[in-house]
Amino acid sequence: MDANLTLLVNGKQHTLRLDPATPLLYVLRNDLALNGPKFGCGLQQCGACMVLLDDVAWPSCQLPVHQVTGGVAITTLEGLAAPDGTLHPVQAAFVQEQAAQCGYCLNGMVISAVSLLRQYPKPDEAAIRNGLFRVLCRCSVQARAIKAVQRAAGV
Amino acid sequence: MSHHSAPTASRRDFLKGVGCLTVGFVMFGAGPLAAASAGPELPGSLQDNPRINAWLEVLADGRVRVLTGKIEIGQGIRTAVAQIAAEELDMPLERVEVVLAETGRTPDERYTAGSASIEQSAMSVRYAAAAARQKLLILAAAQFRTTPGRLTLRDGAVHASSGRQLSFAQLLGGQQLTDEVRLPLPLKPKANYRYVGRSIPRDDIERMVRAESYYVQDLRFPGMVHARILRPPSYEGRLASFDTKALQKAVPGVLQVVIDGSFVGLLAEREYDAKLAQDYGRLHARWSGGRKLPADKPLAEHLRSLPAVEKRTTDKGNVDALATDATLRASYFKPYLMHGSIGPSCAVALFAKDTLHVWTHSQGVYPLRDSLAKLLKINPDNVHVKGVPGSGCYGHNGADDVAADAALLARAVPGRHVRVQWSREDEHAWEPYGSAMLFDMAARLDPKTGQITHWQHELWSDTHSTRPAGSPEKLLAAQYLAEPLLPKPEDDFSGGIYRNSEPYYDFPAVRVDTHYVQGPLRVSALRSLGAFGNVFALECFMEELAVKSGQDPYEFRLRHLTDERAKAVIRKVRDMVRTEKLAPREGLGVAFARYKNKAAYCAVVAKVAIAPEEDGATVRVRKIWSAIDAGEVINPDGLRNQTEGGLIQAASWTLNEEVLFNAQQVTTRQWEQYPIFRFDEVPLVEVAVLDRPTELPLGAGEAAQGPTAAALANAVFHACGKRVRQLPIRPEKLLA
Repeated sequence: MDANLTLLVNGKQHTLRLDPATPLLYVLRNDLALNGPKFGCGLQQCGACMVLLDDVAWPSCQLPVHQVTGGVAITTLEGLAAPDGTLHPVQAAFVQEQAAQCGYCLNGMVISAVSLLRQYPKPDEAAIRNGLFRVLCRCSVQARAIKAVQRAAGV
Repeated sequence: MSHHSAPTASRRDFLKGVGCLTVGFVMFGAGPLAAASAGPELPGSLQDNPRINAWLEVLADGRVRVLTGKIEIGQGIRTAVAQIAAEELDMPLERVEVVLAETGRTPDERYTAGSASIEQSAMSVRYAAAAARQKLLILAAAQFRTTPGRLTLRDGAVHASSGRQLSFAQLLGGQQLTDEVRLPLPLKPKANYRYVGRSIPRDDIERMVRAESYYVQDLRFPGMVHARILRPPSYEGRLASFDTKALQKAVPGVLQVVIDGSFVGLLAEREYDAKLAQDYGRLHARWSGGRKLPADKPLAEHLRSLPAVEKRTTDKGNVDALATDATLRASYFKPYLMHGSIGPSCAVALFAKDTLHVWTHSQGVYPLRDSLAKLLKINPDNVHVKGVPGSGCYGHNGADDVAADAALLARAVPGRHVRVQWSREDEHAWEPYGSAMLFDMAARLDPKTGQITHWQHELWSDTHSTRPAGSPEKLLAAQYLAEPLLPKPEDDFSGGIYRNSEPYYDFPAVRVDTHYVQGPLRVSALRSLGAFGNVFALECFMEELAVKSGQDPYEFRLRHLTDERAKAVIRKVRDMVRTEKLAPREGLGVAFARYKNKAAYCAVVAKVAIAPEEDGATVRVRKIWSAIDAGEVINPDGLRNQTEGGLIQAASWTLNEEVLFNAQQVTTRQWEQYPIFRFDEVPLVEVAVLDRPTELPLGAGEAAQGPTAAALANAVFHACGKRVRQLPIRPEKLLA
């Protein structure tokens, strides 16, 4: 059942031997040892597992890995910072606003915000709430997250 | 990856000969330049672990390592204790490292719970560091042939006025400070603080946004096995049959199936195969029995009908007049609530060379060690438990249970690390919920003065704490083994049931009757325990009395309080909303509590807007304000962050949340069935911190929960005239 699949993750090509039905999340965390996308529900309800597929934030927990071969640019939290380690403006804004407690949902928030700002660089508050809608946060730092996205967007 | 080693020579007691240290200073007044004296007694954690080197070690490179028995659960304890240690030792903050809870390594501080991380752990570090400072000064004075008073600490060294200096490590010659910390003990004058009282950013947030390995879920060991657990459809369900050969055929990646009674572990090399095995098992395993749940009548009625163990937990004055002369009576209800951690519980365990190693996000590594030792019938010395942060827990969730799962499975594959990941459904259906509660309130007002003369609060609740606490039978897996360990029924009134049921107000006659009942669902500690429900009932009832007697809600509360700090938070929050304008069907509501009647003071005002009835009467929380007094504040932004989170989380509990069940099982098994606040529902929040630098720091992480619920219910009443006494405040309860 396993097959050779080639994935483009954070700018690098990886060829892996896998069950093509494996959800992308498991491949990123276990085969590529990435920590960014988190397991939260496996049901596409909480957003902990968000990744960028090209520029679109998408939950990776139910997405069969074979659907994202063929050059789809998969970006995880690890792939956002510049090569010299400089944080992406959205990452930096979350640090500056201290918009985390346990931080487990940060991945989903940051990935969703990056996606939002690529499509709408100057979102208003309602657009930010909408852009982060898929992400659940139980520590309830959402008010800070909204400020962080505003800071990153300069609005 | 993380490893473990026996305590090294650096911790041997070389300096014992110097004797116990007590340096007394005569202090004059409490002016800003006078050294602040330590409180009248040492924090309990320090009394239990009295040696300096239990709390801090001097490293060879000049850094200081702080050891805390608490775990990081999002409250920022790592940064707070680093601030405290750096302050007392006049060290640069970046040269202080912090080690979190680990058996055999850090002090035993039992559980990271009850908003006690600052009161206990951070204050222990403060006194230990202050004692270390004095000892280092004495050692340096001997070297420099001078007196301690002529020396200063700076950047990890003791400096003489001559310019000579010796680093802490040089002074100790590779040894550690093993003296016991004793009072009296001079502390650094607060006027000279550089770090404490400042909003030092948490450095772990950058690690999180960089996706560095941080969580227990991120641990990866060579040859690690992945596992899922198959649980019955109902509480107490028993495994009737499970064809493991058919499973192996359907999911060839399954490595091993461990069955012990009705405890079923599914192990695989690849995590996805473990998940597939769990999916298969849920469809094909057959179960029998199972406890029937009381789904045939409203839960509030059911609670009232249960046999109860009763205790009068407050009895002041005589409330008999209420029997005939109550001004108002009302009943309130709070349903079962979920912790709802975003990351389901996870643990890694390894059984190697007769020793069990466990990596866990449990709130209590030492109690868990003892529980696991009894579960596996091994010596606690052969159990090593290391705390690693997980997803925020807000109390006792599945953390200890999943650690037990991992321990049982690790024994089946010795020499290999076993990582157990609970599914979303495992966590939603099996975590120990916050208890449902029922309240009957009665009070009498003096018709002339409008003052409350009599107050009665009667409550029905299950316990609010079933932490394992060193016993094995409260670990979920233990109850399903072939030789099950079952928790004994207990009439435990210590578990937070009546927390905050005694009013902080000054009423002449008060009676609280607590009815301990055993409810249908598995329960344990959820943020603030009974205080959430008790404050909800108490502060709603206060508001109802104010409304009934035509009094201003703020003034009504103020005139029943004597504690000026309590009055100050209420006045502050009133000031914060003074200029708020209200549209039709908008309302403001206030509530107040001092958490546990001895921790932080918190007043909350909520502003809600209610859609017209024809549009479904949905409640939108526009904004929540809070004023909080937590005494001396170590990190104001940390306190603000905790309080903001408490306000929003409690608003979600109040408006949205309720664990539901049918006769067979809990039916709220995923987020769609248990909808917590999403981004579109979250209110703006504004928190004012009343800093009291000369007061003791007070536990604050749970202070906002109760007042938020009552403030929202009161705001809903003022917005639409409907008094909802049964949580959650769903729109259907606002329709005529």
